[in-house]
Amino acid sequence: MKFLSALLVTSVAALGFASTASADEVVVYSARIEQLIKPMFDAYTKQTGTTIKFVTDKEGPLLEKLKAEGANTPADMLITVDAGNLWQAAHEGLLRPVQSTVLNANIPAHLRDPGNQWFGLSVRARTIFFNKKNVKPEDLSTYEDLASPKWKNRLCLRTSKKVYNQSLVAMMIEEHGEAKTEQIVKGWVNNLATDVFSDDTKMLEAVGAGQCDVGIANTYYYGRLMEKKPDQPIGIFWANQKTGGVHVNVSGAGVTKHAKNPAGAQKLIEWLASEQAQNLYTDAGMEFPVNPKVKPDPVLVGWGSFKPNLINVSKAGELQATAVKLMDRAGYK
Amino acid sequence: MKNASPAASPVSAPPLRLPRIALARWLTGWRLAAFLVSLVTLVPLVVVLSSFLYPQSEVWNHLAEHVLPDILLNTLWLSLGVAFGTGVLGVTLAWLTAVCEFPGRRFFAWALMLPLAMPAYVTAFVAIGLLDFTGPLQTLLREWFGSSAWFPRIRSRGGVILVMSLALYPYVYLLARNAFMTQGRRALEAGQSLGLSRRMGFVRIALPMARPWIVAGIMLVLMETLADFGTVAIFNYDTFTTAIYKAWFGLFSLSTASQLASILVLIVFALVATEQRWRGARRYQGSGRSQATTYRLKPALGWTVSLLLGLFFCATFAIPLTQLVVWSASVFAEEFDARYPMFIWHSVLLSAIAAVLVVVAGLILSYALRVYRDWPTRFFARLSTLGYAVPGTVLAVGIFIPVAWLDNRLLAWLPQLGGSGGSVLKGTLTVMLLAYVARFLAPGFNAIDSAMQRITRSQEEAARGMGLYGWRLLAQVHVPLLRGGLLTAALMVFVDVMKEMPITLMTRPFGWDTLAVRVFEMTSEGQWELAALPAVVLVLVGLLPVMLLTRQSGQ
Repeated sequence: MKFLSALLVTSVAALGFASTASADEVVVYSARIEQLIKPMFDAYTKQTGTTIKFVTDKEGPLLEKLKAEGANTPADMLITVDAGNLWQAAHEGLLRPVQSTVLNANIPAHLRDPGNQWFGLSVRARTIFFNKKNVKPEDLSTYEDLASPKWKNRLCLRTSKKVYNQSLVAMMIEEHGEAKTEQIVKGWVNNLATDVFSDDTKMLEAVGAGQCDVGIANTYYYGRLMEKKPDQPIGIFWANQKTGGVHVNVSGAGVTKHAKNPAGAQKLIEWLASEQAQNLYTDAGMEFPVNPKVKPDPVLVGWGSFKPNLINVSKAGELQATAVKLMDRAGYK
Repeated sequence: MKNASPAASPVSAPPLRLPRIALARWLTGWRLAAFLVSLVTLVPLVVVLSSFLYPQSEVWNHLAEHVLPDILLNTLWLSLGVAFGTGVLGVTLAWLTAVCEFPGRRFFAWALMLPLAMPAYVTAFVAIGLLDFTGPLQTLLREWFGSSAWFPRIRSRGGVILVMSLALYPYVYLLARNAFMTQGRRALEAGQSLGLSRRMGFVRIALPMARPWIVAGIMLVLMETLADFGTVAIFNYDTFTTAIYKAWFGLFSLSTASQLASILVLIVFALVATEQRWRGARRYQGSGRSQATTYRLKPALGWTVSLLLGLFFCATFAIPLTQLVVWSASVFAEEFDARYPMFIWHSVLLSAIAAVLVVVAGLILSYALRVYRDWPTRFFARLSTLGYAVPGTVLAVGIFIPVAWLDNRLLAWLPQLGGSGGSVLKGTLTVMLLAYVARFLAPGFNAIDSAMQRITRSQEEAARGMGLYGWRLLAQVHVPLLRGGLLTAALMVFVDVMKEMPITLMTRPFGWDTLAVRVFEMTSEGQWELAALPAVVLVLVGLLPVMLLTRQSGQ
C-alpha cells in the first residue's frame, strides 16, 4: 500500500509539473528504439556522470515535435535511422552545424552531412539475398539486373512505403537519372513472385521458404533471422561490386538548433563515434561501425568484405520525394 | 430524434435585437459545459483543418493521378466489408447470448467480449504469421501435398476485411447485447402471443428496436477502420490513411497529409449526420431486465451453436493469445525486466483516468443534448466525437502544435514559469489525458447516448414532480438508469487507451513508458516475437475491466 501511495504521489506530481533540466544533462529525442540506445547511455553516464534523458517515437512525429516546440525545446540531440530522415531534419532547420575535428576524423565523409549538421554512427547495407537451393551466386550481379526477364516471378520486395527502399531508389536516381531508374523499378514490379511484404524479415523468410528466389533487404534483418533460425537456405550476396558498390545507409545523430546543452550533446556524439563506444552502438543491432578503425561483430565479418557505394548518403534525403513519386508511377506498392 | 425547432427546446429562441446579451444568456449551464467539452476535440481538429491554408498543388496532382484512385476504392471496400462483417457477427452473437438458452451461454456472454482487449494490429500479425506462405499451416500443407498454391491468400482484400471484422466485432456486440438484454422482452413475448414466429419476432420487433445501438456500434467500427494504420500496414493494404502517411513521411508534406485527413473527417461527419437523421424520431423505452431468457434452443441446435461459438472464440481470441504466449515464453528472459510493473501501472493509471474523464465528458454532452435540442448544441456534440476518425498520428500532431504554441506564449510572458526546462504544459500528463479525451469521446459518448435515449420523458417528469432538477436530477435519476451504458463506455475507453500508440508516444512525459510504448519499441524494427510479451500483458490487463463489466452487467 505504501508503495502504491508513493507511486500515486509521484504520478499526481507529474500532472502539474514539467520537469526541469539540470546543467549536466543531455536530452535526446530518438527514433532509434530503446533497447539499442539505453545500454550505451547507461555506459556513458557511468563513465562521465552526465545524465541522459531520452524519449522515443517515430521520426515524423519527433520532427513535428521539435518544430512545434521551437526555441523552447528540451531536446539537445536527435537520433534517427536513415539518412533521408537526418537530411529532412537538417532541411527543416531543426539541427545546427557542429565543427568537430574528432568527428571528421572518425566518420568517412560520405556518411555525414556535407554541412556538418548530422553524423552517421552506424552503417547498414541493403543488399541482395537469395535462396541457396534455387540460385547460384554467379547468377547474381546487381540491383539493376533484378529487373531483367530472367527473374520473372522470382523476386520478392518489401513495400515502397519503407524509407529504406525510398533511399535505395533515391541513390539509383542519383546514379542513373530518373528515366532509367523508372525502367528498372518497373522491371522489378514485373518480376514480383508475390505481393510486396510489409517488413524485411517476412520477405527474407519467403526467400528461405522458396516462395521467391531473390530479394533485397538490410543486412541486420538477415543477421537476426539467421541467429534465430540458422537452418534456412538463405545466402547473402554483395550487390554491384563491379559497378558502384553496395547501397549503404546510416543511423545517426545531430545537435538540435535550440539545444540548451549543445556542448554536452556534441561530446556524446563524439563518444558514440569513438573506438570505445562504436561496438556498443552497432553490435546490439548487428550493424557495421561507421568508424573505420573499429572491427565489426564477428558474425558480420563472416559475411565477407564488400565495397560500399561512396555517394554521400545525404542524397537519399534530397531525392526521397522524387523516389516516392517514381515508385508510385511504376506501380511499386 | 425529430428535427426539433428551437421552440421545442425549454429555452425559447433568443431575440435578435441584443445578440451579445442573448448569446450570454443562451450559452449557459449544460450548453456551456457541452461546448467546453467539445473544445477539447475542436482545437486539434481546427489545427488539422487549417492545413487548407497551405495548398501544395504539385503533391496533390501526383496523389490524384497515381495514388488516390486505388486508395478510394480500397477504402470503400474495406469500410463496406468491415461494416457488414462486424454488423452480422455482432448482432448474431448478441442475440444468441442475450435471449437464447444453450449450453455454455453464460461463458460465451463474456468470452465474446475478450477480443476487445486484443489490439487489431496484433490479431493481424498473428493471422499473417499463421496463415501466410511461410506460416506453419501452409508449410505443413506443402510437406503433405507438395504445394499450397490453392490456399487462399491471407494478404489480400478479403483477408484484411476478415481480420478487421474479427478484431472489431465486439464494439457492435457490446452495444447490441445491451439493447437486446434490456429491451422489452415483454414486447417479444407479446409478439409471440400474437402468433409471430421466433424469426419474425427477431426481424420485426427486436432488430428495429435495437437499430440505434447496432448502428452506433457500426459507426464506431467504421471510424476505427478509417483511422486505422497499424493493421492495414501489416497487410500492406493501401487505404486513405496510407496516403496520409505517404504525403507526410514520403513526400515531406504535412500540410497535404492534414488536408487528406480533413477530407476523411468530413466524410465521417457526413456519415454521423446521416446516421442521426436515419435514426428517426423513435422513442425507446426499456422495460427493465428480466432474468429469464426467452428462447430455449433444442438440444441438437443448442450444442451446434456451442460448438460454432467455441470455434469462433478460438479463432478470434484463444489461438492468437496462445501464439503470443508461445512467443513470449521464448523471449521472456531477455525482454522481461524490473520495469514491467511500472509499465503496467502507467498503462492502467492512464487508461483508468482517461476512462473516467471520457465518461464524465460523454455524460455532459449526452445530457446537454437531451435538455437542448437546438442545432448548435447538436452540431458541437457531434463534432466532438470526430477525433476517433482521425488517424492517431495526425491527431497527436494536431494536439501537440497548439499546446506547444501556448507554452511558447506563456514562456514569453512569464519566463519564470518554465524553470530551465522550457515547458509549462507540454510534457505533463494533463496534456496526454486531454488528448485521450479528444480521441476517445466517440466510444464513450455513443454508449452513453444510446442508453440515454432509453430513459423515457415520463420518468424524468415524475422526478421533476418530486422536485429534482439539474445536477440532482442527473445524479439521482439518470445515472442509476444509465449504469449499463456508463460501464460499457468506461470499458471501451479503458481498453482503447491501453492499446493506443501515437498519442501516447508523442505526448508522454520523460520516463512515462507504457505497455503500448513497449510494443512500439519492438515492432518498429519488425521484432514481433519480442513484442509478444508486452502485447500479452496488455491483453491480460485489458481483460480485467472486461471481467468487471460482466460481473456488473449481470448475466
